[in-house]
Amino acid sequence: MQKDPLFPTTRTLAAGPEREPLDDDAAISIRGLVKQYGDRAAVDGLDLDIRRGEIFALLGPNGAGKTTTVEVLEGYRRRDGGEVRVLGVDPATGGRRWKADLGIVLQSGAGDSQLTCRELLQAQGSYYADPRDPDEVLELVGLTEKAGARGRTLSGGQRRRLDVALGIVGRPRLLFLDEPTTGFDPEARRQFWGLIRSLRDLGTTMLLTTHYLDEAEELADRVGVIARGRLVEVAVPSSLGGRGTAPAVVSWTEDGVRRTAETATPTALVAELAARFPGEVPDLRVNRPTLEDAYLKMIGDRA
Amino acid sequence: MTTTTAERTALPSLARVYRTRAGVELKEFFRQRESVVFTLLFPVILLLGLGAVLDYDLGEGIDFPQYFMAGVIAAGIVGASLQNMAIHIAGERSDGTLKSLAGTPMPASAYFVGKVVQVLAVTAATLALLLLIGVLVHGIDLPSGGDWLTFGWVTLLGAGACTLLGIAVSTLARNGRSASATVTPIALVLEFVSGVFMPFHQVPGWLQDIAAVFPVKWLAQGLRSVFLPESMVAQEPAGSWELGRVALVLAIWCVVGLLLCVRTFRWQDRGDG
Repeated sequence: MQKDPLFPTTRTLAAGPEREPLDDDAAISIRGLVKQYGDRAAVDGLDLDIRRGEIFALLGPNGAGKTTTVEVLEGYRRRDGGEVRVLGVDPATGGRRWKADLGIVLQSGAGDSQLTCRELLQAQGSYYADPRDPDEVLELVGLTEKAGARGRTLSGGQRRRLDVALGIVGRPRLLFLDEPTTGFDPEARRQFWGLIRSLRDLGTTMLLTTHYLDEAEELADRVGVIARGRLVEVAVPSSLGGRGTAPAVVSWTEDGVRRTAETATPTALVAELAARFPGEVPDLRVNRPTLEDAYLKMIGDRA
Repeated sequence: MTTTTAERTALPSLARVYRTRAGVELKEFFRQRESVVFTLLFPVILLLGLGAVLDYDLGEGIDFPQYFMAGVIAAGIVGASLQNMAIHIAGERSDGTLKSLAGTPMPASAYFVGKVVQVLAVTAATLALLLLIGVLVHGIDLPSGGDWLTFGWVTLLGAGACTLLGIAVSTLARNGRSASATVTPIALVLEFVSGVFMPFHQVPGWLQDIAAVFPVKWLAQGLRSVFLPESMVAQEPAGSWELGRVALVLAIWCVVGLLLCVRTFRWQDRGDG
């Protein structure tokens, strides 16, 4: 693996011959991404393609390299090795026109301001070619009543919604969302999910990092699990970690004793139980691993 | 990809983004009560307070407020430029404002244009307020004729050097609050040794030499040439207003400040990028 920062983008050196070429039609294409902090590789040879129009969720424990990866894609950090294309452009050389196609919601938020929400969106919109109407965006994120309130007077959840509003006012084709719903109450989170779905319907590609697995399952077309700077698995949420084909756990109560059985054919077992009991099978449950089970097992295996 | 990009409307012109940023910076400053009070009222309080306490004659018919006017204006300019930039940019860096802007298609130059407009507006407001109070309360004599021209270029060069230095210094601070705690004492010490709070010739010689390295001394000296009659030049340690040297040193500080800014400016906190 080429790690010389002097030649970070040299294709022949950086991307090994064993790797597929970059996919220029993808919204994001990554080959062999490496980012070092001192001796430690925060990202250590990561490959990924994200299709246009897709919602992709990046999962992983703190320090696994999620934010580093996303910040390389956003152009905030220089990579030490590998090849990256975001909307067909190398982020290390992306200019104003490239940035105009991106929307970025940072983990750190957009800062304190004396400007009102509407003024902030007007100012932010004026950097873009074809901005959305500020009031329309406020409506989308549910901040219409706060249009005239100064940024710094908002509560944590309202501020996060303002961050999202600022991220989408430029009509991005690709939206980065770094832990967008941290600090949201359950209702605000549901509203936010609705917003993300309506953006998807408009064709916006989204890269989401989150600690909430229900959020990833709810929104993402595909999820990727990152651990120790590498992508462990990429899958649709329902089949991550072999969830789709994992044995089911059937449990019931018989003679006052709780019984469980792991089986690949739960239907047959349930039919057998139904025949054995005169009426209802007491306390019958059929469980498959949740996304969280699959995720924790993967992370546990790597730790 | 290339075709869709070309189909999209052109990005807004630089002039338009510059106007937006100027508006943003003016609102950010004038809506924040602390910054307005701190920056505008500090030199006003200085002028009213010291002017009332120290009311002795400096010879040549010059009373203390007339002599002091140049120093207070220098302090006002330093507050509007150096302290304002160092404190607020450090704050914007640590609260994520800068990082967030860097992710938009806003050209970097627009950020600095906005700051320059803000410094100019705050400086103009400070000067107007100080001159008004000087005339009304202390009955000071305003500059006449060509002195206004000197007043103009000394102010612009001094504010320019201090703005660039302030932007450079903002990089040293960990956040806005620590910037305020670091920069304010530095500014006060610089002002003290540069003859802002007392006649410069009463500052000990070795302190005068130290002050001569920094821009504030030259800014105050240039302003004294504007507010004091030619006869007062005898009290200057150099025996002259040295306007050529004032211009030279302030211009050198502009260049040094600019180089420092270009080399050290960061859009996010250290250890964060």
